[in-house]
Amino acid sequence: MTEPALKRPLTRSRVALLSSALGLLLLCVAGVSLLLGTADISWDQILGLVTGEEGQSDYARLILFEIRLPRILLAGLVGFALALGGVIFQALLRNPLADPFILGVSSGSAFGAILGIVLGFGFSIGVPVMSFAGALLTIAILLQISARKMGMESSTILLTGVIINAFFTSIIMFFISVSADAKLHSMLYWLYGDLSQTKFEYLLFIGPVLLVATFMLYRLSGQLNLLTAGEETALQLGVEVKKTKRSLLVLVSVLIGTVVAFSGLIGFVGLMVPHLVRMMFGADHRLLIPLASLGGAAFLIAADTLARTVISPSELPVGVISAFLGAPFFIYLLRTKGSQWDRS
Amino acid sequence: MGPILTLEDIALWYGPIPALDSINLQVEGGEMLGILGPNGSGKSSLLKVMCGLLSPSAGDVLIRGSALRKLDRAEIAREIAMVSQESHFQFSFSVTEVVLMGRFPHLGKLQFEGKHDLEVAREALQATQCLELADRSIHELSGGERQRVVIARALAQEPKLLLFDEPTSFLDLRFKREIFQLINTLSRKNGIGVVVVSHDLDLAAQYCSRIAMLKGGSIYKQGTPEQVITSSNVESVFDCPVQVDKNPITRKPRVSVL
Repeated sequence: MTEPALKRPLTRSRVALLSSALGLLLLCVAGVSLLLGTADISWDQILGLVTGEEGQSDYARLILFEIRLPRILLAGLVGFALALGGVIFQALLRNPLADPFILGVSSGSAFGAILGIVLGFGFSIGVPVMSFAGALLTIAILLQISARKMGMESSTILLTGVIINAFFTSIIMFFISVSADAKLHSMLYWLYGDLSQTKFEYLLFIGPVLLVATFMLYRLSGQLNLLTAGEETALQLGVEVKKTKRSLLVLVSVLIGTVVAFSGLIGFVGLMVPHLVRMMFGADHRLLIPLASLGGAAFLIAADTLARTVISPSELPVGVISAFLGAPFFIYLLRTKGSQWDRS
Repeated sequence: MGPILTLEDIALWYGPIPALDSINLQVEGGEMLGILGPNGSGKSSLLKVMCGLLSPSAGDVLIRGSALRKLDRAEIAREIAMVSQESHFQFSFSVTEVVLMGRFPHLGKLQFEGKHDLEVAREALQATQCLELADRSIHELSGGERQRVVIARALAQEPKLLLFDEPTSFLDLRFKREIFQLINTLSRKNGIGVVVVSHDLDLAAQYCSRIAMLKGGSIYKQGTPEQVITSSNVESVFDCPVQVDKNPITRKPRVSVL
């Protein structure tokens, strides 16, 4: 045979290699983040803590392990879930501008969570479940409105998202206005996205849920690839479209509901990170899913580190940072690529 | 060997409106069946029934003897592939990646494509003369090139039946000819049954071995191009005065609108 064989586009080992590399980067970002903060903690102190050397202040221990570490872990998990959510929405809606925040899924989810708090549910299970229900409801509304027309133009779906977002945000503000002041502070922070109120026990809930949801989503990555070519095409290529879509919707609601219940509204992570990964490594979901989620984790840890250091000793909500970077990025994408995507 | 596809007394209603009525058709391996008819005569509905995108209200679709409604999507995709008028790719997959998507129904869950899949994809690209495009992004291609890649993807499914829904309606003359020639070669060389829905009577007459002409959801006439494409048939089905003569070079029927 004289013809050369095709270049093999994607192998399991390439996925493993690139994921490990990005995982390493994520660890580095987390490590640096642990060192930075308002309180001045030196390398020596950290080394001392790690090696168990006597004489280290409880103060350093408290700052590192009770305050910074849980917050970094939460940022990682939230960034992971939001980026993965972005990937799923973009494939499902065949729209690279989709993102849980822009589509209003995050605010629907936050609405559910706040309703849960107002009703007196606990964070251990009641609030996340309400948050999940809010996300699922929003997605259902979104699909109902946009499914009228096959092909789903970018502008239709984005406008629908903006409107849903405005609607739920107004309800959230209503709750904030009428609620007693004890709950007020934490609720206000919902709107900006905030990672400062976290405990290890929350992480023990979020972590396993994300792990299971991610694993199940990854099993659908082949189907996701085909869905980006359109539902009819996917059907003809052997995808059980209805069943797959249903699984995707529930899983992505679990993903977003779980993290929004603990972080509030953090925008644009699901937009920027998947786009950058796609630009560098291609659109195959078998690679995109792990890389975008790990990248999302690293990105949000970095953003949150910025949020707690940039106007130190005060803090910003991390949502301010992500929106500050994300909004111009969104406009850039819309200007350079928007017309191309509208030809659907 | 029996027919690849058999339609038995197919009827289809959209609510109270009948779209197809008592359709009986067979497609053999290696033949190219052209489906002609005016807008709204049920051509596209018929094609969708053939590949299981629409389930008929009555009657049965048999693919190599087994009823389509009893098969799951992956089983159907290993038998039947379809190429539509136009394809949209929102994300920048490479040509190879697009063609490998045709291997999906042959792969298990989360399996990565192996040597055999790549070989099938390579042959499909070669058959459609897309091999030199293999590493390009699907976004960089022209309409004709993209359509050829989509045909390659359909071939990578290794189907027994290939359906085309007006595959050349957005292409210019040269690509029209290329695509029809390609489809014709594929059906003869690979023994695949091919069904083409087309608006182009002349091209269909030239390349198809058999023609079914639809009118109001039923088959008005079927047979060889010479039997079906006559001025009286075309005039009554399309409601338009025409003259049909013989193309002096291909010796096939040629339709001129009067």
